[in-house]
Amino acid sequence: MSSAMYERMRANPKFEQLVARRGRFAWTLAFIVLAMFYGFVMVVAFNPASLGQPVSEGSMWTVGVLVEMFMFIFFWVLTAVYVKRANTEFDALTQEIVKEAWKGNK
Amino acid sequence: MRHLTQFGTALGLFAVAALAYAGGPLEGVTEKQATNWHAIIMFCIFVTMTMGITYWAASRTKSTADFYTAGGGITGFQNGLAIAGDYMSAATLLGLTAMVYGQGYDGYIYMLAFFAGWPVILFLMAERLRNLGKFTFSDITAYRLDQGKVRTMAAISSLTVVCFYLIAQMVGAGQLIKLLFGLEYNVAIFAVGILMMVYVTFGGMVATTWVQIIKACMLLAGGTLVMFLAFGQFGFSFQTLLEKATAVHKLGAKLMFPGSLLADPVTAISLGLGLMFGTAGLPHILMRFFTVTDAKEARKSVLYASGFVAYFFNVIFIMGLAGILIVGQNPEFFEGGTVGGKLIGGGNMVAMHLAKAVGGNMLLGFLAAVAFATILAVVSGLALAGASAISHDLYARVIMKGQASEAKEIRVSKIATICLGAVAIVLGILFEKQNIAFMVGLAFGVAAAANFPVLILSMYWKGLTTRGALFGGYGGLISAVLFVVFSKSVWVDVLHNAAPLFPYTQPALFAMPVAFLLAFIVSKTDTSVRAGKEIEAFEDQYVRAQTGFGAEAASNH
Repeated sequence: MSSAMYERMRANPKFEQLVARRGRFAWTLAFIVLAMFYGFVMVVAFNPASLGQPVSEGSMWTVGVLVEMFMFIFFWVLTAVYVKRANTEFDALTQEIVKEAWKGNK
Repeated sequence: MRHLTQFGTALGLFAVAALAYAGGPLEGVTEKQATNWHAIIMFCIFVTMTMGITYWAASRTKSTADFYTAGGGITGFQNGLAIAGDYMSAATLLGLTAMVYGQGYDGYIYMLAFFAGWPVILFLMAERLRNLGKFTFSDITAYRLDQGKVRTMAAISSLTVVCFYLIAQMVGAGQLIKLLFGLEYNVAIFAVGILMMVYVTFGGMVATTWVQIIKACMLLAGGTLVMFLAFGQFGFSFQTLLEKATAVHKLGAKLMFPGSLLADPVTAISLGLGLMFGTAGLPHILMRFFTVTDAKEARKSVLYASGFVAYFFNVIFIMGLAGILIVGQNPEFFEGGTVGGKLIGGGNMVAMHLAKAVGGNMLLGFLAAVAFATILAVVSGLALAGASAISHDLYARVIMKGQASEAKEIRVSKIATICLGAVAIVLGILFEKQNIAFMVGLAFGVAAAANFPVLILSMYWKGLTTRGALFGGYGGLISAVLFVVFSKSVWVDVLHNAAPLFPYTQPALFAMPVAFLLAFIVSKTDTSVRAGKEIEAFEDQYVRAQTGFGAEAASNH
């Protein structure tokens, strides 16, 4: 029974839509995080001095502190963005797919 | 020569960081301090509270689902707190504060590395885990593969991770408690072991989760309070704090520059991989994803968890910097009263001294109690993960082939918990004087190289077959263990050989490709009939992973 359900869901064009949209979104966000983080690690490894520069004359805030603080906040905002979209748009789409598969069951 | 010392410091820092992250032992054997009654009383209050919860939880723990996953009824927010609790151990607080105190900006870099894995886990894993899993992560790897063989493999690597991690935690607990509470090492080990057995056998996942939640709240509150009191002394101005800190610190202006920490790119990348994907392969963290109602709550848990972690790391950064002035300039905290000498109780005591300086003995006692509670909570989570590998995977699925009754399965998991507790106590005592810095690296290496590749492939790659999973899993397990054994931390530091056979201390960069390649090549060349069926079965699994249809529902209460 449930195998037939899965087949019907798979056949639903909305399923392709869900997979494509969510996949693209999730991988894009993951790529941004990985690129920024490993980019930062590379700067730390190969050009550490650049991170110690003050952001402006006389300021104790360095480029490195600001960049990191930004990443802490930005990465968290990205998780919030993903959760928001997944819990509304993607979940609604999923529910439609499941509902339509049940209908086909009758 | 200078180069060598630098390299040495870098390695040392990696070790400290890995420990800090994983809540491992604090470096070296610590000295026993005077009995700290404030801390002991506050810890007793914590124990009483959590025992009350365990009593309540015991009445709700009837089915296997209750025992392993709290009936799937934990909310995203609660689970987020619990995950953050699992992630922020006693040594996170102590080790990372000490690192910022000693190395400034380098400590901050480390904290980002510990944090960056969470968004990736959310984007690529969280909902699939929830949609496919039931009690343990082997439910996912064995979903369409040979139950017996794949579960056995997953259980072996889970237990390996749990044991190494337990040793690190137990020894760390003994040292820390000797230091903070002034109790004997063995007393501390028995206290941790026995309390953990009580929580887990009686209260299962419900009690374990609540212990974790309470402890996370205490940690967040305690840390925040200390940070506020300390930062207030500088008028909450980061500018003033840094001006004063760089003026007195021995590194001077270099305090805010990246130091020798990540100077070696291979180690840096390997460590980064190990932390990121090791986290995604730790059985007790993965298990947390099955305690929530559905994929929606699973996503929310990561959102809350990463929010708390990010916040707390920034609190620690401020605490460490403030410590440079408040602790580092006060002769009261140095042995013999010489500023700049050895800190009383060792380098990891910065956070504790800071608490005392800004909030007196009460705050110190509170923070010490939090540290003890933290170890207890992490150990309980580990024991539960290990017990479920034994009872759910090995006993119920492999030995009894799914024919065991729920009552029997629960009984086996309770016995397994008690055995694990006893093993933890024995290992904790055996390893008291050993250099166990490598244990945490080993736990993470095995998690990243044995658990993670097979798990991610089983979710994403259609072509994975039983044979491929077995080769990948065992290959990753063996290579991770060998890389660590041949590295400096075991080959030279423990076995006292002259030179390491493997030049790096972090195995992930090398062991992970071994696992992935083996799994890939062996699956590709597997032309058996069964392999064909397994590949076919991916379709249904894929639809379930995407939609959550057929996923384990929360039990009714």
